[in-house]
Amino acid sequence: METSHPFRFSDRGPSSLVRLIFLIALSILLIFVDLRYRSLESTRRTLSLLIAPVQRLAVLPEIYWDSFRERMYKQDSVVRYNIALEQRHQRDLILLQRLQALEAENQRLRTLTSLTLPNVPSMTVTEVLYSERDVFKRRIWIDKGMNANIQPGQIVLDAKGLVGQVTRVYPWLSEVSLITDKDQAVPVQVQRNGLRTFVQGTGNIANLSIRFLPITADIQVNDILITSGLDGVYPLGIPVARVVKVDKDGNTPFARILCIPLGGVDEARHLTIMPVLPKLPEIPVDPVPEKPVKGKQKKHGG
Amino acid sequence: MVDDLDYRKAELHKPTSRTVIILTLLLALFFNALPWQGIGLILRPDALAVMLLYWSMNRPSYIGMGVAWIAGLLADVGDASVLGQHALAYTIMAYGGLLLHRRLHMFHLHQQVPQIFGLFFLSYAIYAFTHWQINQITMWWYFLGCFTSTLMWALVNVLAQYLKQRRADRDNA
Repeated sequence: METSHPFRFSDRGPSSLVRLIFLIALSILLIFVDLRYRSLESTRRTLSLLIAPVQRLAVLPEIYWDSFRERMYKQDSVVRYNIALEQRHQRDLILLQRLQALEAENQRLRTLTSLTLPNVPSMTVTEVLYSERDVFKRRIWIDKGMNANIQPGQIVLDAKGLVGQVTRVYPWLSEVSLITDKDQAVPVQVQRNGLRTFVQGTGNIANLSIRFLPITADIQVNDILITSGLDGVYPLGIPVARVVKVDKDGNTPFARILCIPLGGVDEARHLTIMPVLPKLPEIPVDPVPEKPVKGKQKKHGG
Repeated sequence: MVDDLDYRKAELHKPTSRTVIILTLLLALFFNALPWQGIGLILRPDALAVMLLYWSMNRPSYIGMGVAWIAGLLADVGDASVLGQHALAYTIMAYGGLLLHRRLHMFHLHQQVPQIFGLFFLSYAIYAFTHWQINQITMWWYFLGCFTSTLMWALVNVLAQYLKQRRADRDNA
């Protein structure tokens, strides 16, 4: 049997071992380049066009299943749901009117104090296509991409609070890193007293944590955290999380604080993308690196 | 042995066409792209790895390390992992498949299973290792996927044997 089926790949090009080593080297090079220089995004986009049809197809069964289930709902439950929605809509309309009045007043006050207020462009509503397919990550994919002019860095929220941030944009879809992703950090403040800090994802579905807050800091269980708007990425005042556990252990200088996200990080199907905020002025550069420049100028002058 | 030869002859007359191979790989991509969540995501077998390993053992002249590498790149794009992570794992796994190809027919299915499990484990371990190097976290339950992948490989094998046998019967009749 061995003779009838000889080991064939040696007579076609280089031996398999050589090819293995070549491909391993190529993979490691790719990993390195992708991590270090982030210059492969266009390659990634081009490749994504190849698998986009398959990905689109793969979402269809769930969508059909959902619409099938919706059709199975009885008529009266739909009617009841509609009435409840109508009532909520009325309530929200009143709130919205108040908000508009406040906004107008705010604008007037700001012009009095000559502060600039960015006018808020319209928001984009989007649908979640699928959630994280890599068990290590907290990411979701939404159905708007370059076609809807989405840009990386835009923030994503639902009716209850902050959900995440757009991290990659493809032609027809975008990838959103949830605030529970380990790499995400959001600048927040405690609503009760304005204490500023950062809240970070833990990689766990339900938890966020605050690190590096001294044990003397005034923070309690059930405090609501809202975005502080300090970095120019997240606008002020979006609800982010609720504190559920404060562990002030005397052994460490920092309190261990656990929070749960307020937004439907894992359940919401329709999400809103906030428009890009206007850029804040750059932070002034430290005076330290200016010295050599001055020296150079002097030399030129002399 | 005679049975085996007959079946081999039939296989030689009609090797699996390229279209079938490409279709199964696309189907595997589709399977992986289904909206898995929670426990399902943890237990989801890596269908693309299963099909790549199956074809690299059965049709090494079509599907080898090069195809595995390209499929790995596509998987990286689909999963939004670092470009090259899946490619590295799949390439090494396909190499193992090519080595196993020679002695494939000397073993029964249940004898092949431990070797296959080893290959999947290697592939998962490489992926987890690169992930750990990059992000400093890894999770042990990630490896549960090896078991389901092996199970899926066995099912694919049984199904393929059945289809081949049926085709051979039809050709003889």
